[in-house]
Amino acid sequence: MDTVTLRVFRGDADGGAEQDYEVPTFPGMVVLDAIHAIQAHHDSTLSCRWNCKAGKCGSCSAEINGKPRLLCKARIRDYPDGEPIVVHPLKAFPIIKDLVTDISWNYHVSKKIAPFTPRADAPKPFVMQQMDVDRIQEFRKCIECFLCQDVCHILRDHNRKDAFYGPRQLIKLANLDMHPYDGLERRKMIREEAGVGFCNITKCCTEVCPEHIKLTDNAIIPLKERVADIHFDPVMWLARKLTNKK
Amino acid sequence: METYDTFEHDVLVIGAGGAGLRATIAAAESGLNVGVVCKSLLGKAHTVMAEGGIAGALANLDKKDSWQVHFMDTMRGGGFLNNWRTVELLAKEAPERVLELEQYGAVFDRTPDGLIMQRPFGGHTYRRLNHVGDRTGLELLRTLQDRAVAAGMICYMEVTMTRLLKDGDRVVGAFGYNRETGRFLAIKARAVVLATGGWGRMYQVTSNSWESTGDGAMLAYNAGAELMDMEMVQFHPTGMIWPPGVRGILVTEGVRGEGGILRNGKGERFMFKPEYTPPAYKGRYAETEAEAARWLDDKDNNRPPPELLPRDVTSRAIYREVLAGNGTEHGGVYLDITHRDPELVKRKLPSMYEQFHALGDVDITRQPMEVGPTIHYTMGGVRAEPETCATNLPGLYAAGEVACGVHGANRLGGNALCDLLVFGKRAGEGAAQYARSTAHGAIDESQIHEEAALLLAPFESSGTENPYLLTQDLQAAMQQDAMIARTEAGLLRCLEKVTELQHRAENLHVEGSRIYNPGWHTARDIRFMLKISEIIVRCALERRESRGAQWRTDYPTPDPEWARKNLIATKDGDTVKITTRAVPEVPPELARLFEETT
Repeated sequence: MDTVTLRVFRGDADGGAEQDYEVPTFPGMVVLDAIHAIQAHHDSTLSCRWNCKAGKCGSCSAEINGKPRLLCKARIRDYPDGEPIVVHPLKAFPIIKDLVTDISWNYHVSKKIAPFTPRADAPKPFVMQQMDVDRIQEFRKCIECFLCQDVCHILRDHNRKDAFYGPRQLIKLANLDMHPYDGLERRKMIREEAGVGFCNITKCCTEVCPEHIKLTDNAIIPLKERVADIHFDPVMWLARKLTNKK
Repeated sequence: METYDTFEHDVLVIGAGGAGLRATIAAAESGLNVGVVCKSLLGKAHTVMAEGGIAGALANLDKKDSWQVHFMDTMRGGGFLNNWRTVELLAKEAPERVLELEQYGAVFDRTPDGLIMQRPFGGHTYRRLNHVGDRTGLELLRTLQDRAVAAGMICYMEVTMTRLLKDGDRVVGAFGYNRETGRFLAIKARAVVLATGGWGRMYQVTSNSWESTGDGAMLAYNAGAELMDMEMVQFHPTGMIWPPGVRGILVTEGVRGEGGILRNGKGERFMFKPEYTPPAYKGRYAETEAEAARWLDDKDNNRPPPELLPRDVTSRAIYREVLAGNGTEHGGVYLDITHRDPELVKRKLPSMYEQFHALGDVDITRQPMEVGPTIHYTMGGVRAEPETCATNLPGLYAAGEVACGVHGANRLGGNALCDLLVFGKRAGEGAAQYARSTAHGAIDESQIHEEAALLLAPFESSGTENPYLLTQDLQAAMQQDAMIARTEAGLLRCLEKVTELQHRAENLHVEGSRIYNPGWHTARDIRFMLKISEIIVRCALERRESRGAQWRTDYPTPDPEWARKNLIATKDGDTVKITTRAVPEVPPELARLFEETT
């Protein structure tokens, strides 16, 4: 029987180490299957989040051979034969145990973003053309796996969670801001609290998105332009000067 | 004695899928303090796996559609085992709930007139499924999540409730554990809403996540609630079957809604075989491939293809084709959408395209998909009153998949999501009204101590049973004998096996600490799964007829006597007591609808 070696991080906030497990393979096997096999046959205390096992819920985020992936979409056969597959928890978030991290910061940030609030003059029911919503539907495909947050160097390497909401929340803001009937002014939040200016367009988030959302091109760059419009537009600048508003 | 944390809310909602979140919104926006328990993280509930759409007769495309037709379709699809009043409310209120969701920020696909796009689905006479590509459940869940967060819900993530706390007959809270810390907690509430979803994990081939172990049904059963029609388990006709790593993953009925064709291993379009169309559906579907092809572009003058018969019917047909030796290489049938424009397929079924591409090496715009039945949904559950979703226990409400009443013997696609919205709201309002009318009940410490001891037993046990392997044995037994085709002999064999596994479960043992220990969690889940499996099998044995999802090959036809009976399971000490309850009779004004149209 063919087998594969999984080299899995075991530990918690106090530290830990990689441990090897050899599990049998089968056609179509994904890394999450291997984790389940370890739990059933080697060590039932191995901690790992998962739900749908179909790439639709975004629970089983981890780092495989150093890259942020969904465990349920990572095929065993896509990794080099004979070499261990190394599985670690997300690096940008504090570890709880083994592959489980504390991602509650994402939920705290999400709370700060006011939900969709229809304009007072919006018709009921809404009348919107497909072309009006194509753009925001792309952002609404997000399954909140937070791989983009994990890979973003502003959060991962510089830990600027105090100043930058991260790509996930920026596409959420983009979705709300670009909704034809949303009535809230969100540009101040996008520029200030959410810190859109921190993004320097390396597109790492787009690369890891399992939903293939073009976060940088379709959401973040347009948001940068949106806030630049109000802030650096010379007419608006003059108006602000004259009315003494910031 | 074990320590535990205590919390208090006006209303406690257990479950944060569509029904739980809609209930939360209803109760919280009425001004109450609402606590919500999620077994996983917020936003990961199984609702995300609902793909095809939300049924609701908005009549945006087919002007002839109405709540009355939706009512009739749902009753017919459910083999008339449904509670007519629950179905009436569902059909009447679904359109409002869908439009409300749009006001909450959901962004549906659009018709050329700029309204919500609707697609055809199995058993629905008209195009009625309001959808967003093939990820409607995600859209619904995320929208409700944002709204519920804004409404101020207090969310307990990664908490599993294992027991309802009672003061006399009344439910006054719940007790369970926190996965992250392993600590116990008791949440006191004036009213409790159960919205915990279904129980598809006791089968091998399943589209359900680890959460679907029937906690809510068992919480209710152990507290004295009535479970109804538990034999009714839905086998979705199209799950992925190859490669083994993907077996069971759902393939949306939306594929057939967009024109997908089913063929057997010999290339025959077998759904046209007359024996597969039940009498209640004769004349309602295209009888030639030419008509089915015309229907793609002209739905007013042609009947839909027979691939869009209800799920129970289609699953049985696939099962019979495979049994007759007409299966594909891996024991399924082909689902083919290659005759449609590839761009349309990618736009309308993006997650199917991605799923087959990434996990199965199949390009669905160019190659057929290999599919077979997978466990998908449980029609049975906690008996709930139509208007308020009240159960037979004061203070306890139930909505969504855990509840029973609306779907009868077989659920139509798209009716799960409108069920969540319509009855989630009603349950939240019902619970809020009750909570306002009463003070908190008393918490009985002895119930907490008893449950804590039960939870900790596997750590202290000297047994050797592994909870994962026990689960696999249960899944094998249920898959073999409590699946699509059931017989008395098979069900008895299954019951014997389940009983044996229940004894083995007394010797479960787990290692490690209480912090995020999946072996420990599985040890609790398996006890619930074993009891629910026993109840499913006992009810399936009792109902000696074939109706909807219950196909007894030893009693192959519907029995008019059984048409009038719902099966009720209640706890009587350690035994499952099974009784019958009269199916509420459809009042004349609604019964007349069926005469007028047939």
